[in-house]
Amino acid sequence: MQRIGVFVCHCGTNIAATVDVKAVAEALGHEPGVVISQDYQYMCSESGQNLVKDAIKEHDLGGVVICSCSPRMHENTFRKAAASAGLNPYLVEIANIREQCSWIHKDIATATEKAIILGKAAIAKVHLNTPLTSMESPVVKRALVIGGGIAGIQTALDIAEAGFDVDIVEKQPTIGGKMAQIDKTFPTLDCAACILTPKMVEASQNEHITIHSFSEVEDVKGFVGNFTVKIRKKARYVDETKCTGCGLCTEKCPMKKVPNEFNMGLDNRSAVYIPFAQAVPKVATIDPNYCMMLKNGKCGVCSKVCSVGAIDYKQQDRIIEEKYGAIVVATGFNPIKLDKYDEFAYNQCPDVVTSLELERLMNAAGPNGGTLLRPSDKTHPHTIVFVQCVGSRCDDSKGKPYCSKICCMYTAKHAMLIREKYPDTEVYVFYIDVRTPGKNFDEFYRRAVEQYNVHYIKGMVGKVTPKSDGKIGVQASDLLSNEQLHIDADMVVLAVAIEPDKTARPLATMLTTQMDTNDFFTEAHPKLRPVESATAGIFLSGACQGPKDIPETVAQGSAAAAKAIGLLCKNSITCNPCTAHSNELMCNGCSSCEKVCPYGAITYIDKEFRMPDRTTAIRRVASVNPAVCQGCGACTVACPSGAMDLSGFSNSQIMAEVDAICK
Amino acid sequence: MQEAMIKRAKELLADGSVKRVIGWKRGEFAYDITPAVFESAEELDKDFVFDDFTSANVSKYLVKESKKEGKVLVFLKPCDTYSLNQLTKEHRVDRDNIYVIGIPGGPKLDIEKIKAKGITGILSVKNDNYTLKIDTLYGEETMPFSEAILDKCASCKSKKHVTYDELIGEDGDVLDSDRFDMVEKLENMTAQERYDFWREQLSKCIRCNACRNVCPACTCEKCVFDNPNSGVENKAASDSFEENMFHIIRAFHVAGRCTDCGECSRVCPQNIPLHLLNRKFIKDINSLYGEYQAGADTTSRAPLTDYTADDCEASIVHERGAE
Repeated sequence: MQRIGVFVCHCGTNIAATVDVKAVAEALGHEPGVVISQDYQYMCSESGQNLVKDAIKEHDLGGVVICSCSPRMHENTFRKAAASAGLNPYLVEIANIREQCSWIHKDIATATEKAIILGKAAIAKVHLNTPLTSMESPVVKRALVIGGGIAGIQTALDIAEAGFDVDIVEKQPTIGGKMAQIDKTFPTLDCAACILTPKMVEASQNEHITIHSFSEVEDVKGFVGNFTVKIRKKARYVDETKCTGCGLCTEKCPMKKVPNEFNMGLDNRSAVYIPFAQAVPKVATIDPNYCMMLKNGKCGVCSKVCSVGAIDYKQQDRIIEEKYGAIVVATGFNPIKLDKYDEFAYNQCPDVVTSLELERLMNAAGPNGGTLLRPSDKTHPHTIVFVQCVGSRCDDSKGKPYCSKICCMYTAKHAMLIREKYPDTEVYVFYIDVRTPGKNFDEFYRRAVEQYNVHYIKGMVGKVTPKSDGKIGVQASDLLSNEQLHIDADMVVLAVAIEPDKTARPLATMLTTQMDTNDFFTEAHPKLRPVESATAGIFLSGACQGPKDIPETVAQGSAAAAKAIGLLCKNSITCNPCTAHSNELMCNGCSSCEKVCPYGAITYIDKEFRMPDRTTAIRRVASVNPAVCQGCGACTVACPSGAMDLSGFSNSQIMAEVDAICK
Repeated sequence: MQEAMIKRAKELLADGSVKRVIGWKRGEFAYDITPAVFESAEELDKDFVFDDFTSANVSKYLVKESKKEGKVLVFLKPCDTYSLNQLTKEHRVDRDNIYVIGIPGGPKLDIEKIKAKGITGILSVKNDNYTLKIDTLYGEETMPFSEAILDKCASCKSKKHVTYDELIGEDGDVLDSDRFDMVEKLENMTAQERYDFWREQLSKCIRCNACRNVCPACTCEKCVFDNPNSGVENKAASDSFEENMFHIIRAFHVAGRCTDCGECSRVCPQNIPLHLLNRKFIKDINSLYGEYQAGADTTSRAPLTDYTADDCEASIVHERGAE
């Protein structure tokens, strides 16, 4: 029998206010094998740790149970304390009597009883604990950034700056993301392209950065320091290495009626295209949905005009496999679809546009060369109505429950720019609240109201009706003066809610990272670990984690890079010794475990065994690679015979805990 | 049919293609058929039998027999071929060392149903154009063939051989069976009714282990019920729920692997409808993850040991469980 020490923490009043810690220490002191049981105010403090260390030496303890907070908080603290006192750190067990007990109960008697039960379970487990030794696993000194918007570009540049190789995987033909589509940026009103494109060029020129454009992550295997990623390089029907980006093919292409997604479908492009002038890489891409050569084998103009012979109609998707030590997710956002918002007549009236469409309408590289014209009749709008919170802060299932955060500021920007350039235009903004926290943000908004005389009206737009004379009837309520307003507008601009990119969810599954109910990636700790996911080695950059403006996105991109660099700097990381192993005498070789292993840690060998009747037999048995195994335990439950077991969390340990709880 | 099978087995033994033959032989009584291994033409002539009572699924014997020196010939009914495929998939048999002759399936007869008619002293049972002529110590009795069919044959799921090296007779098709009807009935009961149903059934168990021993999915090197370290091994029931747990654990162990061959219920001396537990799993897997038939092939991944992005969320499964 182990000699076990039990240490019950008060955690100030966090535990002691709801759990009678003295009673817990007293009760657990009578459990079999327990030679010392004490309580203390802060077990994680230096003196608290010394209490544990001294007891280990004085009572020659073979196992330690700490009744305290979640093992996520201080398991490591106490393991280290035990190790410094000469006890194997894996002989320490934590009974979580804070998060799983004191914090969720109000009644002292109930909480105390539960704390004792949790303590008993930990004691039952520690009786069966065995000393474990960690191994080291090497770190691949290369990072993967998924998404090539401003978040991904910033992260990649910073990682490259530290001297590590980094790959960017971008699903579009060019990096740049949403920022490339934006006209001006708040609160300084400098041109987005002017500040973004130098970074794009820098990324393409940096010797440490490889850009996989028009590519998607297909499969992720492995673990922190050692991910194996399959990347699908989609066929663009143009040889990237040969194309010079001269654009002759795009000019000569006879198929010119393809909706231009870069300009939000407000104008057309050719079937072979370069998304925009500053695209990186500046390489043409053929759209197979429209290319007549690819669709019915008739055309081939681009191939004829290309002087370097870069056009390749037979190109196929290619899958490449790379190893990475760290992965940064920067999948960004999209405006939500407006199908459920018929009241704003978005689908009926071309002059009802989204804010991102307005960006393109106002941009010099946009469909109108920078002159703001109505999409329907190309005339100057004289009355423009902005509607805030379209799909944001919704309590129904149509929209999103959260605030999209950026809309108040970009709407102020739009209103200001329009009033500046076209002073004869009346601009109305309907809002629920104007939210402008941020450096120089409120000053910016006040300028729109005070200096540019934008009409800010608190209230929501109820209905938008296109009229026969080309005007758009806007029916709204002014909540401050409590009256109904009817405005005949020339254009209506909807500040549409933003949501995570649709590729994020399947990616989260591949990465085994968590998402919240809105499909934003969940950070490891909302306050203290905002750029790490709960999965080791996976970091979060930009709007994939929550709505963000550009300054915040860049800050988070750099922060994620710092975390990734911290990992890549290490030559090796300590592996978790709680890995699976197979009892070969019981193994059926059935492959169930191998099928459920998310890390590919299990292989099979044919091995000769001595059988009971003095014969030998070759049997197929499972073999676990402990360097790859992450100790998730999926194999132990898939194994029909119980041959698979997990060190530190063996079937018998789990059953002992259950028995102790159910007694 | 029996003659054709013996003839073909003799040929294969004679030319050295196979060393052994797995089939059936008669036991104490005419209807008391048992699986058997034959190693010579003489043994085949003497004992090999194939009739309306040769219902036993012999695929499980291949776990041992296929690993011995030389090929083994096995006669498999359609339902048995599913079991062999599943065993092949799980690497429990050496398929290359097996020569499968597919033979027509049932319906086979259930002697208990004949006895239940009060017919005793049975000497032989003959099928005369779907009327059973039963020769007994007390004279000849008759009853309709259809009333003596094994339950597992009455809800036959397939007449198609999913694996074979040659066929005697013709191959059939996968059938539209009513095999989930009873499961549905159980699902429509209240939790208490269902609990009472299973308590009544499972409490009849005498823990003879026949269901486990006959089950082609139960081929573990060391069964958890024989392993003192597993925590569920038990020689004597310690409380009145022990045998209930045995069946529940067993159903979980074969979940996603059970081909629904029905042998468990056929061999149960207490007539517990054990196959219903397995069918509930099969039905649930079908509805949650899409149609899946264990043993239909040797390569597909079983839903319970596979993950796809389309898998239903745990919350959906949870909601279904709500009463």
